[in-house]
Amino acid sequence: MRAVGIILAGGNNDRLGNLTMFRATSAMPVGSCYRAIDFPLSNMSNSGINKVAVITQYNSRSLHDHLSSAKWWDLGRKQGGLFIFTPYLTSDNSFWFRGTADSMYQNISFLKRSNEQYVVITSGHTVYKMDYDDVIDAHIKKGADITIVSRKRMEDEDLKSYGVMSDDEDGRITDFEEKPLEPQYDTLSLGIYVIARSLLIHLLESVVPEGRYDFVRDVLQRYRKKLKMYSYNFDGYCKAVNSIQSYFELNMDFLNREIRENLTKKEPYIETKPKDEPPVKFNYGSVFKDSLVGNGSILNGVVEHSVLFRKVVTGENSVILNSIIMEGCYIGDNCRVENAILDKEVILSDGKQLIGERFNPVIVGKREVV
Amino acid sequence: MRKKDMIGMLLAGGQGSRLGVLTTNKAKPAVFFGGQYRIIDFPMSNCINSGVDTIGVLTQYQPLSLNKHIGIGIPWDMDRKNGGVTILSPHVKGESGDWYSGTANAIFQNIQFIDEFSPDYVLILGTDHIYKMDYSEMLRFHQENNCDATIAVLEVPLEEASRMGIMNTYENGKVYEFEEKPKNPKSNLASMGIYIFTWSKLKEALIKDNKIHPDSDFGKHIIPMMLGNNDTMFAFRFKDYWRDVGTIEAYWETNMELIKTLPAFNLYEDFWKIYTDAAHQPPSYTGPESDVKLSITSCGCEIYGKVYNSVLGPEVTIEDGAVVTDSIIMEKCSIGRGSRLNRVIVDSNTKIGENVIIGEGENIPNELKPDVYFTGITVIAENSVVPDNVRIGLNCVISGITDNSMYENGELKSGGSVCQEEVVL
Repeated sequence: MRAVGIILAGGNNDRLGNLTMFRATSAMPVGSCYRAIDFPLSNMSNSGINKVAVITQYNSRSLHDHLSSAKWWDLGRKQGGLFIFTPYLTSDNSFWFRGTADSMYQNISFLKRSNEQYVVITSGHTVYKMDYDDVIDAHIKKGADITIVSRKRMEDEDLKSYGVMSDDEDGRITDFEEKPLEPQYDTLSLGIYVIARSLLIHLLESVVPEGRYDFVRDVLQRYRKKLKMYSYNFDGYCKAVNSIQSYFELNMDFLNREIRENLTKKEPYIETKPKDEPPVKFNYGSVFKDSLVGNGSILNGVVEHSVLFRKVVTGENSVILNSIIMEGCYIGDNCRVENAILDKEVILSDGKQLIGERFNPVIVGKREVV
Repeated sequence: MRKKDMIGMLLAGGQGSRLGVLTTNKAKPAVFFGGQYRIIDFPMSNCINSGVDTIGVLTQYQPLSLNKHIGIGIPWDMDRKNGGVTILSPHVKGESGDWYSGTANAIFQNIQFIDEFSPDYVLILGTDHIYKMDYSEMLRFHQENNCDATIAVLEVPLEEASRMGIMNTYENGKVYEFEEKPKNPKSNLASMGIYIFTWSKLKEALIKDNKIHPDSDFGKHIIPMMLGNNDTMFAFRFKDYWRDVGTIEAYWETNMELIKTLPAFNLYEDFWKIYTDAAHQPPSYTGPESDVKLSITSCGCEIYGKVYNSVLGPEVTIEDGAVVTDSIIMEKCSIGRGSRLNRVIVDSNTKIGENVIIGEGENIPNELKPDVYFTGITVIAENSVVPDNVRIGLNCVISGITDNSMYENGELKSGGSVCQEEVVL
């Protein structure tokens, strides 16, 4: 218990359009039965961090619902456990969280009342499996002030939505750019940081009263030369929900046996709030290939290369290809769905067709009836 | 303790010897059912769905898996400060200890536990049946009729009545006689082993009967005694789905009823869910060459082969080219490439090798236990291993880690058994 955790789950992302109209990005459903925040939250618990703050603001209802009990992540405790912070009014503060640094500053008593030496900070909308203990070890070994978990750029990756940095042979960060238009470097930050608790308190108390509210811009970038910042290279699977494209891809990544086994089958497990759904029922007409399905679904039609969440019903002679169908959707008989994302509880009446393009899926909003 | 109107007492100590190797290492209530459930999930979920939030589970035979499964009752929302679930095992009293020697004796030994909640009523349940029932309706019936005891009954065909406990009633449902396995049944109302007693009356009867019968039993002693005392006893008719899964054949049949297009027993309704312990629930995947039809699969299955008319538990892997038909494969089993299974029950954590053929041959009853394994179903016990390239017939039993040397010419003929020593089939 050398660290406390902070999960920054306040953000919203315009690039996800309709899908985040009713939910925080961190509450985006992924991989058939998880929500994005299950990954960082389980990582915390699995790394032995049992005091975790989730800071949320935008559409926090969906997260509150999901985190209504902390016991699924073994964080329902008397000592420590899960803290959920949303903006609140005080006599001298009536602001929303004005940025990531501000959101931590407004809850600085969480940091001050802890006695753990380090803080692990992560975003709430990144799907990955990591032992933060290893990062803390590296942080101590290097004598770093701040350690930033990083990865080398993958093919076709759009660096414009990441922080990119340059580091020397020892891993010391020499420069840091946030979402650059013309990226100069190819080491990208995964938004996971380790920092001493006392230093974090000091930095927040220095920058926020000056009107600087963003942790990346006003702390990491501003102090990049002054503080000893090191990168920690992470080779494992890691993808953030930051656009429709990446959301679609990361769901489809679960169809890869290696990725799926690592994320869903190997200990330590990623936990989620159980929904007590019955088993999946494959009826006579079901043809279900290269796809995932969540419990409680009843399948009558054809499904290929798709991710179905819990409680999805597919009708007879219906065809679903290369699509994401979220919890509680009902697809009628003789429907055809291709390259689509159906949000929760969408109803498709018999014979309807929804056909998107391969890299531009059709999106149907929550509870819509087609 | 805060007073409770009614608390539940679940009799979960039975072995269920007619389920063969499925109950070697676990009590019958802990046997898997319908893929992800265990048999006890049904009465426990019925309790919480009926508003009975305080229960005692009486264990005796092989309680380890049951204790682990129930834990502090989280899946059933029974982790309560007031009440919740308590596991009641036989214990030492004074200088000696007593096992639970009969159904009523088990309750007698836990009078103190019940008294802590000072309930008005006690619900007594067996834990080996598959059904959904609202016990609060039964309680209302009990109260409306000013009963001392109410017994849930099911109409059965008259020819089956002679194998069951039969309630003979007046037209209004009042019981005047109880007959255990009558030769010439006068009625077809069979007791389901579900009782509601007014606690003060039951307590009195338990104390009195314990002095006469050291193996005090509800059917044999308590109910006849209460009828003799002219206590008011009514039969509560239950008309819905109810199955006894006490034999290999009945267990298999009842599982198979779940896979029908319109199953008689509906697990898919939202307002009467069946809860089970499944903290870790990964999604299920089926591969590009797979074919799954008329089957149910639980979370975390990986299916690359073909599955027809079968029930799969959590995290089962069916490799490429394997064909599973009419079978029940329980939690965390794997079926190797090219294997063919037909009418097989595979208990949890078992590994079937590659190109294994099970369930083909003549229907010869098992040589060691012909009364348990005779309907053509081969059963493989939990934590077993079946090596590659063997052929196994019908009504066979396999238990433990087996290798090729244990199969003569790579074959186990119908009715044969391969077991590690000291395993009770």
